[in-house]
Amino acid sequence: MSRLPFYFIVGLLLLVGIVASVHRHVQFEIPWFPGEQRQVWEIEAVINFNAQNGPVQVDLALPSHQSGFRVLTENTASSGYGLAYQADELGRQAQWTIREAAGSQQLYYSVQMLVSPDSRAPIQTPPGIPSVTPWESPYDTAASQLIDRAWDRSANNATFARELILDINGERQGENARLLLTQMQPSALIVRLLNQAGVQAREVSGLLLEDGRRRQTLSSWIQVFDQTAEEWALFNPATGEQGQPDNLLLWETGGRAVLEVQGGTNSRVSFSMLTHYQPASAAVRNHYSEDTLLNFSIHSLPLEEQALFQTILLIPIGALVVVFLRVLVGVKTSGTFMPVLIALAFIQTTLLTGLIGFLLIVAVGLIIRNYLSYLNLLLVARVSAVIITVIAIISIFTVLAYRMGLSAGLTVTFFPMIILAWTIERMSILWEEEGPKQVLIQGGGSLLTAVLAFLAMNNPWVRHITFNFLGVQLILMAFILLLGNYTGYRLLELRRFKPITEDEKPS
Amino acid sequence: MSWLKNWTWPTRLRDKGIVGMNRRNIRYIGRYNARRLYPLVDDKLKTKLLAQQYGITTPELIGTVTTQFGVKHMSEMLIGHHGFVVKPAKGSGGKGILVIEKVENGLFYKPSGASLTMEDIERHVSNLLSGLYSLGGSPDVAVIETLINFDESLLEYTYEGVPDIRVIVFKGYPVMAMMRLSTAASDGKANLHQGAVGVGLNIATGAALRGVQFDRPCYSHPDTGHDLASLVVPQWETLLHLAAGCYEMTGLGYLGTDMVLDRKHGPMLLELNARPGLAIQMTNGEGLRRRLDLIERQPDNVPVAKRVAFAQHHFARKSELTDTPDTPSATA
Repeated sequence: MSRLPFYFIVGLLLLVGIVASVHRHVQFEIPWFPGEQRQVWEIEAVINFNAQNGPVQVDLALPSHQSGFRVLTENTASSGYGLAYQADELGRQAQWTIREAAGSQQLYYSVQMLVSPDSRAPIQTPPGIPSVTPWESPYDTAASQLIDRAWDRSANNATFARELILDINGERQGENARLLLTQMQPSALIVRLLNQAGVQAREVSGLLLEDGRRRQTLSSWIQVFDQTAEEWALFNPATGEQGQPDNLLLWETGGRAVLEVQGGTNSRVSFSMLTHYQPASAAVRNHYSEDTLLNFSIHSLPLEEQALFQTILLIPIGALVVVFLRVLVGVKTSGTFMPVLIALAFIQTTLLTGLIGFLLIVAVGLIIRNYLSYLNLLLVARVSAVIITVIAIISIFTVLAYRMGLSAGLTVTFFPMIILAWTIERMSILWEEEGPKQVLIQGGGSLLTAVLAFLAMNNPWVRHITFNFLGVQLILMAFILLLGNYTGYRLLELRRFKPITEDEKPS
Repeated sequence: MSWLKNWTWPTRLRDKGIVGMNRRNIRYIGRYNARRLYPLVDDKLKTKLLAQQYGITTPELIGTVTTQFGVKHMSEMLIGHHGFVVKPAKGSGGKGILVIEKVENGLFYKPSGASLTMEDIERHVSNLLSGLYSLGGSPDVAVIETLINFDESLLEYTYEGVPDIRVIVFKGYPVMAMMRLSTAASDGKANLHQGAVGVGLNIATGAALRGVQFDRPCYSHPDTGHDLASLVVPQWETLLHLAAGCYEMTGLGYLGTDMVLDRKHGPMLLELNARPGLAIQMTNGEGLRRRLDLIERQPDNVPVAKRVAFAQHHFARKSELTDTPDTPSATA
């Protein structure tokens, strides 16, 4: 009988569990530890325009995931307007439409961006070089002279772009540059010259983030495709400096207009922004994600169901504690998984109240059950009677605790009553058959297991890990399977079988 | 560090060949005992009928009571029997067993001397049928057997209760054996953890190897004071054959057989256990592992007689009780 399939399954579970967890950590930036703080920017864009008594269509470019930032949530406020989000390879857009509008209009768009240094921009294939409209004379000579000058002094696309920017905007600005600038904006000119020289480049709009700033506008930046690194390099069109500043959020990267309004005049968009810190887990909870199939997670459920799952996902931890204590230590418990359910109740009641409540209920229950055994009832009827007894005890304790002003006593109701009834029944039988010593051993073992399971399940780190990484469930499964295959000694057997090893010694 | 005295190292247990719970459950019970065979041993009536079929001696069956209606006709069944035992077929751990030693003037006397009327017995059987003593409270069947007359040679070693002999049978080979002697501490019951004395038996001869009470060595019976060293189970070979035959009977590879010695009929099978405990290792002062490993290497389909001979040859041991006469004997 080969154990190979078994180890294969265990290995597969471990592998899938670890990969899934690491994937969630890397892809969704869920930290391994709870309580990590993450910086979040709240940015609001306000679009103002005057509508001209007719249909209006407003297109606003929207930011996407990019290096340094991730989109968490986004909202719009626009009374009476129809709204649609659109996405293509050039970027995302929001489109507001209305059949008839007049007067001054205001549309709001707000987005939460999570600062995440590890975030990477989605892979972009370089666009083809747009067809270059030829310059008219005398601009054509000026343009080609500028290009040749910069070309000679550069080694690759990036340095070529830098030289070109310096020639047009920097101190080296010459006559040619000044001539061309009469025709075009500096950044548009630079992109056009780059394209003319066969370098893929585009003009992008970015927002410099500063806490508490209002009425900001987008600034123009230049991206040049670096053939060797296969990625876009960002240049400041004013200084020729390469690289993206930490506080620069790229708003539009497709080379399109940021704002387009049809049916309106005087349109403009302005931005205000705020930053704040929030726990990473909360940041993750608001996570905005398009790939809902891949992002198979509890967090896509409504909040109420999430809270339920938070508890359900802890049960395997309790089961692991039980398996560990029974298989490796050899602790005797009354009812295999009863301690897990008691531990779940402890989570609601807190440990001390829970322990006191549990002991009181079981002790009183045992006394009453003792009387019931004189009545010689059938088992089902007897256990049912014990259930009613347990409910009565819990009610009385709750009322007493309330009267005495002990609000902690009210949480006794969280105990699973049917489980308690069975515990009392089992302990009572055990008492009759094996005596009070066994009741103490098994009851104590159950309580010890429950307390350890509670400590494990109530640990903030464990709660965080089980709730946020579903892959951990597979890892737990693998561990439990492995423990189920353990044929070695239990810890308590080292004590039990001690007398045998003793007489090995020469007497 | 005094509490460490009570603990040992796993390596030392392994050297001794001790089998732990986990190993027993996975390697032996899980591998050799098919689940579907369990009802054969968990129901004493089934075991008994099966044993009769296979010619294995068991206490004689007087009759069974299966319905509450049948309780009323029980007195007819008991006519002419001077001693009998009422057992629940699905009981465990000796619960619900009623022993009647003699019947006089319509009164039934228990071994303790207490007398019962016919109504008392009927009520006991009625409770038994409704599942008072069975596992999980399921409806049960009462099995009424003739009383066992214990072999007198063993009576000196026991206090009140029944001295029974447990033989572990692995793949049909008797592997290890012990005798359980009830004591005052165990309240006449033969349960080791309640204080009965366990005596390891030499598989070759049926002679005592060592005695253990509460897991500590013991050299004489704590109540009768009788020296354990002289204990030899009579008709040992018959007993081994009987135990080994239970393998063919049940098909269970790892089996605990509980036997008693009757004055007239010799060794008898009392009950079978598909999950025999590990305390037998304590009473023998030896682990089961080496013996089980040796048996696992033996071929299948060996006849009973050969298996018994093999076990007697390979598992023979010297008694620790007689070899060390100098040691003080009253340590229990």
